[in-house]
Amino acid sequence: MIPVSVNVLFKNAQPGRPATFDEYCRGGGYQALSEAIHKLAPKEVIRKVKDSGLRGRGGAGFPAGLKWAGIPEKARFPRYVIANTDEMEPGTFKDRVLVNTDPHMVIEGTLLAAYAVSAQKGVFFIRPSYETDAELLERELQVARAAGYLGKNILRSDFSFDLVVHRSGGRYICGEATAQVNAIMGNRPHPIKGGPHMAEQGLWNRPTLVNNVETLACVPHILHHGPEWFKALAKTGTGAGTKLYGVSGKVHQPGCYELPMGTRLGEIIEEAAGGMVRGSEFKAALPGGASTAFMPKQYYDIEMDFEALKKAGHRLGTGSIVVFDRQTCLVAATLNMMEFFVRESCGLCTPCREGLPFIRDLLWRVEHGEGEEGFIPMLREMSAHMRHAYCAFAPGAAEPVEGLLLYFEDELREHISQRKCPFGEHGTDHAEAHH
Amino acid sequence: MIPEELRKELEARIKEADHPRECAVDAMYALQKHYGYLSDEAVQEAAGLLGMTSLEVDELATFYDFIYREPVGKYVIHACDGVVCWMFGEKSVLHYLCKKLKVVVGETTPDGLFTVLPTVCIGYCDHAPAVLVNGQFYGSLNPERIDAMIEDLKRAQSPLVADR
Repeated sequence: MIPVSVNVLFKNAQPGRPATFDEYCRGGGYQALSEAIHKLAPKEVIRKVKDSGLRGRGGAGFPAGLKWAGIPEKARFPRYVIANTDEMEPGTFKDRVLVNTDPHMVIEGTLLAAYAVSAQKGVFFIRPSYETDAELLERELQVARAAGYLGKNILRSDFSFDLVVHRSGGRYICGEATAQVNAIMGNRPHPIKGGPHMAEQGLWNRPTLVNNVETLACVPHILHHGPEWFKALAKTGTGAGTKLYGVSGKVHQPGCYELPMGTRLGEIIEEAAGGMVRGSEFKAALPGGASTAFMPKQYYDIEMDFEALKKAGHRLGTGSIVVFDRQTCLVAATLNMMEFFVRESCGLCTPCREGLPFIRDLLWRVEHGEGEEGFIPMLREMSAHMRHAYCAFAPGAAEPVEGLLLYFEDELREHISQRKCPFGEHGTDHAEAHH
Repeated sequence: MIPEELRKELEARIKEADHPRECAVDAMYALQKHYGYLSDEAVQEAAGLLGMTSLEVDELATFYDFIYREPVGKYVIHACDGVVCWMFGEKSVLHYLCKKLKVVVGETTPDGLFTVLPTVCIGYCDHAPAVLVNGQFYGSLNPERIDAMIEDLKRAQSPLVADR
């Protein structure tokens, strides 16, 4: 069955270039903002977003309306909105594609969020490898400002809001909301323990809303077409809207595809991404970046939606699907991801700083033929400790390890009993052997 | 000492900001561009401009991947070692680059043109394996494309744009 192709976030897509301000407006752009400012109270905007069932697209899946409602009406001013464009999760590139497809959709979404929580200032937080996005957004923000959608008294209302681009120096942890706030304030970007008091004490100790840009881009459509319409876009009863599924790895046509939330994994791989690379066979997929667990073939037909994955003991994460074939060693793949997490740990709290290198060393030994039976329970125990860390980084880092232990323990054991990687040249060092 | 023009530009930018510290990364980037890397002198300059101590600036500088506290080449090649690029032979990209440029990872070529560094997933997984050179990405790499990229950069022509 061919998945219903839907164009909501990609409705203005132009081949090889971003949609312009005029193209965005011709497609109904900025009408939602105009209507909201003139006809809806901020509370009503929040109500609609709540009713739409929109959940955060940045990885955690927190209901957007609830997050917005978390900023108390009597909270202090100024208030801030941060449009998280950092997208550091390995395997994830959907936000890059989105910003480069329709920058004004992201800008309007951010403006609506700002109106809903009565914010005065907003920030696009952007990683260095997306410098083109940063330049594009800076240019288009000027266009929006000139058109009266940004700045003082937007559309001659009482609502004033300005939006700037903040360039990151580049570290994975900056994607975490509390670390991002520290980064913007020119502090070393450690996460803040205890998590989101952001609603009252975020940026510069003021109420702050941090949303992923894909989440924000959904908002104009929710207001324009109504919460029920948005909900009905999903294939599943529990889902809402469309999802930008990024597909990479051993598929024929890697890319970012907009499909109804809850489209089956197999359909996404076969119909959208053109199936597996010729001659290769599906082994496992990470459903949402490196901080999610491997899903083996038994989940091939799973509906890619927050609730369906949760029910199966998995996490949708960013919905960026990394596909592995049977020729790829998952111990080596997990080792690659652990090297990443070890390097990127900010080093502030002990479980993350000490535990992840421990896991990495065990995996390294297994992959290089130095593994022992006893390593398997050690890996299990140490992964479980990761949930005691300050932020979501270490528990996320443990997820691929937990997936490996749960579904591919045999592969680990084969490494141990054969005292080498059974995939031989497909381990991490295969390329060096080639040259 | 930095040129008066750059100082004025940075002072103006910092003055415009609600809080000077939010310009810390921008200031480090600008000074890095001027010095070629974030030298000790650059750290002190940044501290003076931002009203921070040089220790506070260094605390940031040493945290970020794209702030270079040691001299680097004119082109810094960040080879992605994310899991998707790994699947497509990221090690061979890094290895090939080092072999071609006759450097080890982290080293700069004697002509001062290239430094090779590994980096975390750069978000071009749909074009793996990929590298980032001074903010520009090059994807779907193989030895031929790497050769073309290096030649292109050497001639300092407009960077070859990878298929999007």
